[in-house]
Amino acid sequence: MKITGAKYIAVALLILSVSCSRQKSDKIEINFWAMGVEGETVAKLIPEFEKQNPNIKVKVLQIAWVAAHEKLITAFASETLPDVFQLGNTWIPEFEAINSIEPLNKLISKSTVISKDKFFDGIWETNVLDSTVFGIPWYVDTRVMFYRTDILKAVGYNSAPRTWAELYDASKKIKQKFNRYSFFIPTNEWLPFIVFGIQNNAELLKNKNQYANFSSKEFRQAIEYLAKFYHEDLAPVDMQQVLNVYQAFGEGFFSMYITGPWNVTEFQNRLPKNVQDKWMTAPLPSPNDDYPGYSLPGGSSVVLNAKSKNKVAAWKWIEFLAHEKTQYDFYKLVSSLPAAKKAWENPEFVNNKYIKAFYEQLQKTKPAPKIPEWEQIVFQKIQQEMVEPIARKRISIDDALKKLDRDVNNILEKRRYILSIKHDE
Amino acid sequence: MMNKTKLSAVALFLGPSLLIIALFFFLPVITAFVMSFTDFDIYALGNLEYLRFVAFKNYSTLLSDPLFWTAIKNTFYFVMVGGPLSVAASLAAAVLLNSKFIRFKGIFRLIYFLPVVTTHVAVSIVWRYIYHPRFGLLNYLLGFIGIGPVDWLGDPNWSMPAIILLVVWKNFGYNMVIFIAGLQNIPEELYEAASIEGASAWQQFKHITIPQLAPTTLFISVITMIGYFQLFAEPYVMTQGGPLNSTLSIVLYMYQEGFRWWNIGYSTALAFMLTVIILIGTTIQFKLQKERNG
Repeated sequence: MKITGAKYIAVALLILSVSCSRQKSDKIEINFWAMGVEGETVAKLIPEFEKQNPNIKVKVLQIAWVAAHEKLITAFASETLPDVFQLGNTWIPEFEAINSIEPLNKLISKSTVISKDKFFDGIWETNVLDSTVFGIPWYVDTRVMFYRTDILKAVGYNSAPRTWAELYDASKKIKQKFNRYSFFIPTNEWLPFIVFGIQNNAELLKNKNQYANFSSKEFRQAIEYLAKFYHEDLAPVDMQQVLNVYQAFGEGFFSMYITGPWNVTEFQNRLPKNVQDKWMTAPLPSPNDDYPGYSLPGGSSVVLNAKSKNKVAAWKWIEFLAHEKTQYDFYKLVSSLPAAKKAWENPEFVNNKYIKAFYEQLQKTKPAPKIPEWEQIVFQKIQQEMVEPIARKRISIDDALKKLDRDVNNILEKRRYILSIKHDE
Repeated sequence: MMNKTKLSAVALFLGPSLLIIALFFFLPVITAFVMSFTDFDIYALGNLEYLRFVAFKNYSTLLSDPLFWTAIKNTFYFVMVGGPLSVAASLAAAVLLNSKFIRFKGIFRLIYFLPVVTTHVAVSIVWRYIYHPRFGLLNYLLGFIGIGPVDWLGDPNWSMPAIILLVVWKNFGYNMVIFIAGLQNIPEELYEAASIEGASAWQQFKHITIPQLAPTTLFISVITMIGYFQLFAEPYVMTQGGPLNSTLSIVLYMYQEGFRWWNIGYSTALAFMLTVIILIGTTIQFKLQKERNG
């Protein structure tokens, strides 16, 4: 009785699905998911693409950044990932580990639009795992120094600090002269700690990224250097004081802040008028004389769903998004910096004094370890558990780094296990 | 014969809901229980061969995990302080609203109940502004009585009291309504007899209202405790567990482990620890109540 009922339903569904697919068989529809402002605006590029490819229809779904990771993983588990989707480039190892994204080497070798040399090296590298490419750079999001020119000038600096020593010296002088904070290092951000570690040549994980190496001399020096700013009252420890970054920067509550390209537009729109000509961007300072220091090659890539049924059409959409002209158009729409080098030759970039620093910084980036566990390590173990206790002197730097090594080694246990059984095969 | 029709009727009426409960409640709970003995994570999601049975390892790791103990400590702080405060506030409001001298009872009941039906997230966002250290309404008001600005959500010592205040304000209206119903069930004669005997209002409250409300109070305190152990939305929206993890609750930690880092095995173990804790708490309350009565 039950079985026959189920059969009827199955047949009915089959008929329904066949008749549905027949109705729109002339056009291939591909789905694309993108995050935040970019996801909101990317729809404006579609008419141009559909003009070039009249047989393809693109459907965009915008998802919020805060929910993006969960939504993508859940979609993977229920096999409802779209054909193409955006990934923060540090997420690529994780989505590769669950075999959700398509290796692209073959498609790239046949492509006339996409090749390695068209993109910034460091950015391209974030998409490569064991010499296989899994994503195509869409826009870049590397961090540079935003600073108040008037305040730094008042203490004798006509440009941004070029070395760690200068950054510290300038901060000390600002404290003496104005009795104000200088360098804003948010205690709810892991990024400065990793960036300064990488600048100082710290090898964060060792032995094929299987073991933690945070107690190394290089990383310890970087942490000690940053902790000085908190402990000598040069950086605010309490985040609630700076609920509004723009207001605080405008007031001169702090005068230096490491942040990303989206803030160029935000600063222009939100800073008070009287400080509009009193700020500038510069590449990051360096621990030695080799200016500029390294930054992380942050950014977003577009990836192809390994289970997509429309890979040919989906790849066309990826090629379109990767094209220097599209990336330039996209910059004009949302100010996301292009990952394609050619796009930077447009006069908008050459003449924009705030953007110059990003171009210089993009020549000097170094990626963080590319493993699925990295997000948990930086967000949970560094941002949530290490930065604030160090800033508030609840733990010594020695103990904090020992604890960090121990915790990270625990997180990496599964990775070691998987590498060991893969090795046995 | 009679029995048989009865049985099929019962099956007909209860069947659908039993099926739904089995499918969407018991099955997930059992699955989660099994998962708590495995190391289900992002690797296992990609390839089930990478799933390992780890017996009690998740549970033993939990016991040596400082974040877990921080979460336990914070949650108990919240339940122990927030729970009684909330019940007391509800009782006080109910007694006031039940008094014969109050007018416009309907309006007051509506006002007190309004926060209950407002969404957690919206309320939390508004209260973030109320608590703002420099521009917040609360500090502004405290300024009039000469209390210096308190950094409510930024100071690890004040963040939990701030969350408690918010949650008590948001929830007391619900229990208040139940208390009002309980109060209306107390026979008026008891009060009349007491006042003839010359009992003061306070004595009447202590010796009539409180004992008569005992069953209601038990119900309310159990429900409140269970609810409060599951603190999540307020710290999730307002502090993300900070500063210095001072508002990290068990459920928030469970959420982070499970849905942010995808350590499903570990976070299901956390969930069952929470179940055991709530079970123990409820048993203790029932025992206490029995002792008092018997």
